[in-house]
Amino acid sequence: RLKTSSGTNLVPCVKLCWKILELRGRCPVRFDMSDNKVTVHFVNRDGEKITAKGSPGDSLLDLVINEDLDFDGFGACEGTLACSTCHLVFSEEVYEKLGPVTDEEMDMLDLAYGLTDTSRLGCQVCLTRALEGMEARVPESVADIRQTQDSSS
Amino acid sequence: SEVEGWIWGRRLGVITRSASSAAHQKVCVVGGGPAGFYTAQHLLKDVQVDIYERLPVPFGLVRFGVAPDHPEVKNVISTFTQTAHHARCCYYGNVNVGTDVSVEELREAYHAVVLSYGAEGNRSMGVPGEDLEGVYPAKDFVGWYNGLPSNRELNPGLDCETAVILGQGNVALDVARILLSPIDELKKTDITQRSLDALAQSQVRRVLIVGRRGPLQIAGTIKELREMVNLPDTKPEMVASEFEGMAEALKVIPRPRKRLTELMLKTAVDPPAEKERQRRQAASRSWGLRFLRSPLEVLAGPDGARVAGIRLAVNRLEGTGDGSVAVPTGEVETMDCGLVITSIGYKSLPIDPAVPFDPRKAIVPNSLGRVQQAAGLYCSGWLKTGPVGVIATTMNNSFDTAHSVVEDLTSGCLDATSAKPGSTGIGPLLDKRGVKPVSFSDWEKINQEERRRGAAQGKPREKLLDVEEMLKTWTV
Repeated sequence: RLKTSSGTNLVPCVKLCWKILELRGRCPVRFDMSDNKVTVHFVNRDGEKITAKGSPGDSLLDLVINEDLDFDGFGACEGTLACSTCHLVFSEEVYEKLGPVTDEEMDMLDLAYGLTDTSRLGCQVCLTRALEGMEARVPESVADIRQTQDSSS
Repeated sequence: SEVEGWIWGRRLGVITRSASSAAHQKVCVVGGGPAGFYTAQHLLKDVQVDIYERLPVPFGLVRFGVAPDHPEVKNVISTFTQTAHHARCCYYGNVNVGTDVSVEELREAYHAVVLSYGAEGNRSMGVPGEDLEGVYPAKDFVGWYNGLPSNRELNPGLDCETAVILGQGNVALDVARILLSPIDELKKTDITQRSLDALAQSQVRRVLIVGRRGPLQIAGTIKELREMVNLPDTKPEMVASEFEGMAEALKVIPRPRKRLTELMLKTAVDPPAEKERQRRQAASRSWGLRFLRSPLEVLAGPDGARVAGIRLAVNRLEGTGDGSVAVPTGEVETMDCGLVITSIGYKSLPIDPAVPFDPRKAIVPNSLGRVQQAAGLYCSGWLKTGPVGVIATTMNNSFDTAHSVVEDLTSGCLDATSAKPGSTGIGPLLDKRGVKPVSFSDWEKINQEERRRGAAQGKPREKLLDVEEMLKTWTV
């Protein structure tokens, strides 16, 4: 409990400061308060919506792993930018809020099946309060599309 | 018999399968590389899976193909390890399907058999001089520095200045990078000590990576190209005129190809910034891409036995983009070199006459992983689609095949109701033939030993190069 000498509770003020820092994307430290979770709605390959909550600073890959979400083959290289299996697609509005992409991420993203202009690698996208309620679509993998093709001839 | 199976199971320290578990459907996977493990991972949701692997050690190209300086790519091994530890999964290393046990015998013992043994052969150039000393398939060169037992005596000659690599895919770029990387970087990796020592003595200072078609057709990807551009103590040696017209073409191509081409253009054509210019000037090694060249003949030196150069046909392109074709112009060129590495593709081989095989495409003919005219037989990985694609491609392809297997088991397409012996049927056969399978926990002892040896040298592991040594290690 933080209080001034005259007894004013400073905790709401501290909370407000942290919120401002997070919104500006400058909060490097996860401030683990019970109301500080960010809700993410994943849409899996079947169109099913799966909602999960993570802490600010967690990557979307962390969230998938921590919540044990069953996306086949997601995050094969364990978040080391050595594959493209944590490929996620966002709306333009959400994509704009996700921050800049490094060349390193782009290089691996370029290999992703079904690449779009609003695609990112989940291991590189970190949660912030500004992303509360965001939707992330798990795109189809090669297998799903090729089911209509006969690979024998 | 059940008793034999029980005894065999105990010998391997494997949890016994009682007769009542015959109710479980049993599938076996042939090949313990990424295709085998990803197929097993998917199948394990529904059935019991046994993985048979020819070598004592698992993981296939993840262990023997991925470059030593790309350790993160090997992180998939933790997923494979998890799969192997699944209660319904059993790994049998040191079992050569085709010679120790036939595919027919596996089909009798299991409800379904999935062939995932990949591509162990090489496409050859088919030109005179290919058999000269100093000419190596890239697969063998990579196998050599990655500790594949059958390549341990390769001893490639590295006492020449210029190496020519035919092919411009990621394997070619890996080979170029390993040939030119500073030894101080390589010695922290799991590259074999033997090849590290050879590379430390290498006199190769210049590597040319040659392709039949143009810059817009290179099969390599941007991460690997960027590694060459940023390789310490090296400078690019490109022919700017080979990139004429590229800037125009850039406007209409998709982003991945565009970024890759932009990087090539920047490296080949743009004058470097001052810092980069100085870096290039100080570099002691060089690398370059050369386009529109196909091999006609590998030329011997005065001794008639060792390569001294390569004669190339000069091509032009017909058509554009991925579908464009290289057509010889009639012009011919010669490049001097003392080392030639052919990186023009791996190739699958037939391992059992009972399995349909398409020799032209070098794959097992199939539809969605179901082998044609062979109920209960499936394939996944490169054996299914040809030897192209990264681990993630193989992963999707394997999940696809597993899906077909499960679909057939549940639809009644395959007879899954009658009990099958699975490994309790195969075990006694192997025993009679003097084959001693290696279990996953045995591999873990080998793994521990390799890591122990590596730690002594500041490396993540020092791979055992010899099958006999691997077999001895787990019995100690």
